[in-house]
Amino acid sequence: MTPPEQGTGPLLRVEGLEVHFPIRRGVVFDRTVGHVRAVDGVDLSIDRGTTYGLVGESGCGKSTLGRAVLRLVEPTAGRVVFDGTDVASLAGEPLRHMRRRMQMVFQDPLGSLDPRQNVESLLSEPLRAHGLGGGREGIAAKIRGLLDAVGLPAAALRRYPHEFSGGQRQRIGIARAISLEPDLLIADEPVSALDVSVQAQVVNLLEELQQRLGLTFLVIAHDLAVVRHISDVVGVMYLGSLVEQAPSDAIYDQPLHPYTRALMSAVPVPDPVVEERRERILLAGDLPSPANPPSGCRFHTRCPWRQETRCDDEAPALRELAPGHLVSCHWAEEIRDGRLAPKSPEEVAASQGVSIRATGVADIESDALVQGVDQPIERT
Amino acid sequence: MSIEAVPTGGADPGQSSVLEVEELAVTFTRRGEAATRAVDGVSFAVAAGETIGLVGESGCGKSVTSLAIMGLLPRRGVQVSGSVRFGGTELVGAADRTLRELRGADMAMVFQDPLSSLNPTVPIGTQVTEVLVEHEDLNRKQATAEAIDLLDRVGIPDPARRLKEYPHQLSGGMRQRALIAMALACSPRLLIADEPTTALDVTIQAQILELLRELVQGSGTALVMITHDLGVVAGLCDRVHVMYAGKIIESADRHDLFARPRQPYTGGLLASVPRLDAGRGTPLTPIRGSARDAIPWAEGCAFAPRCDNAQDDCLTEVSGSTVPLEYDGPGRELRCRHPLTHPPVASGATASGAAR
Repeated sequence: MTPPEQGTGPLLRVEGLEVHFPIRRGVVFDRTVGHVRAVDGVDLSIDRGTTYGLVGESGCGKSTLGRAVLRLVEPTAGRVVFDGTDVASLAGEPLRHMRRRMQMVFQDPLGSLDPRQNVESLLSEPLRAHGLGGGREGIAAKIRGLLDAVGLPAAALRRYPHEFSGGQRQRIGIARAISLEPDLLIADEPVSALDVSVQAQVVNLLEELQQRLGLTFLVIAHDLAVVRHISDVVGVMYLGSLVEQAPSDAIYDQPLHPYTRALMSAVPVPDPVVEERRERILLAGDLPSPANPPSGCRFHTRCPWRQETRCDDEAPALRELAPGHLVSCHWAEEIRDGRLAPKSPEEVAASQGVSIRATGVADIESDALVQGVDQPIERT
Repeated sequence: MSIEAVPTGGADPGQSSVLEVEELAVTFTRRGEAATRAVDGVSFAVAAGETIGLVGESGCGKSVTSLAIMGLLPRRGVQVSGSVRFGGTELVGAADRTLRELRGADMAMVFQDPLSSLNPTVPIGTQVTEVLVEHEDLNRKQATAEAIDLLDRVGIPDPARRLKEYPHQLSGGMRQRALIAMALACSPRLLIADEPTTALDVTIQAQILELLRELVQGSGTALVMITHDLGVVAGLCDRVHVMYAGKIIESADRHDLFARPRQPYTGGLLASVPRLDAGRGTPLTPIRGSARDAIPWAEGCAFAPRCDNAQDDCLTEVSGSTVPLEYDGPGRELRCRHPLTHPPVASGATASGAAR
């Protein structure tokens, strides 16, 4: 049962992961008319005790990837190897046991806490479900420890989620996630629903917990500044696949993929002096529909560096340009050395025809993904 | 710098202000409950072609301020006092008719959530032309031509086709563009943008901000930008007012504000935002507690319970008076008794920024 690699090597390895959601049509006949390729072939690995930050715009598949790792959605293809075991091969009881070791913190702290359960019940439920904590007293002591760890007073036990502020609710969500002493914590937009002054508290809490408990993090966020702050390795996703992956400092010092560069130039920096000087790369149009992704390089419809050859018809593979720095762009070296000049968004839009968005049969259904509803379409 | 040193907030007829807000206060009352003062004596002015920012966290009263200016608050249970003058017209207590004529034509607003501020059952085209037909005295045909031109200007590709589409068929960025097109339809003199980019992705946000920047520079529209994002403010606004618990606590030009924040709250906000251009090791210094911990202004500085600089005289009980908004150097105003101090000789970047 126990493979030899357990306990060594990366904690989580994702290989060729694909999650496709069928698009259904028809009232009487339930026809599948296409697929939304939410995650389309992602490879990544996370070392023990490190933080992997996954960034991308809404609809790029980052949340679906996080859910597929936990098997909250079924992967269509690919492997998720957690500590030597393929999670996709597990079912029933072994899967339940595996899930104890990988926990999730959700984006919306109010939506992910049952409004009718008080904090004590919320925190003791996972312990009871897994038969941990050692009876009534054991659980009570453990919960007090948890509250202490996330900086909430013991008086919080008898209260209900609506009585807390957003930051406190997120602390409860984190306490619940760490109650089972997991190895991997997947945090999906942990601070994006919070006020600026509270964001920093939660980010600091996550970092402190990582140090104290030796957790491994997969942090999914759209805020590049937050991801840069807490991640060791950053992966950038665009339309279901990774376009660049590198150590945190490397990716911010020298982003190689045109999309990463555009993304970084779009993040406002709270400093007028920096704001006036920095380069700004505006992208043309919106994210194309993941139901009908562009051919070749998926970014070519918006890319300011698009070339006549290769970009339109040849899908670029993830290549290692520097140690640990992977990028999927045919022209990464030329762009880095400044041998190719970017075009303005108007030129890019013009070269792609008037309509920038992909149009087609499956357009309206897939809109939810394009419009920033960060949830997979439910399968019925 | 001294030429710019005109104290804003007070009555200042010298500058051609498009909008002058003075001592604006909004109180929500509900039977059986204590009244809530959401906005408490806010004063500011906007000149043509100027962009001012109202910054603060959720619940600080920035959106209520904008609704009060536009006269969009319900009558029942709401008391608005103070004065809002728009090009000489007093808006507080003005007749509905007057407001209707001004709204959409001379003053317009862009809301945060484009999906809920567009009518889902009406095509975009009808919603854009409605404004034109109402205020510009155009017939349907002219209005449609104008609407196509507007959508084109805000960067919506293939505008003629988009006119027939419904809001759900547009992406988030496009909806926000459509909303901006509607707001700009009659070339307003004042545009209030309430968190226009919060619901959007960063790359789309960059497009929308660029659009707003072009508008202000091109047409001389006065823009009031309401946001919680200090990065957006740093790139767009000329003058920034920081709000906390319904009051302005610090006003300054953006270079001054970011280089030398004086209110501990402003400083705390800046220190708690992770910056893209800072290294991984840079620690974040959060502000203690949350905005819920504020005390009423009548009892002292509302920020005192969370403030590291707070001393006994921040409370009204000790000092005998509430904390006033005072002159704090050229072009700056501050509401604090124990502000952050900065070394008199600033660093190179700061000095060049401040002496703009």
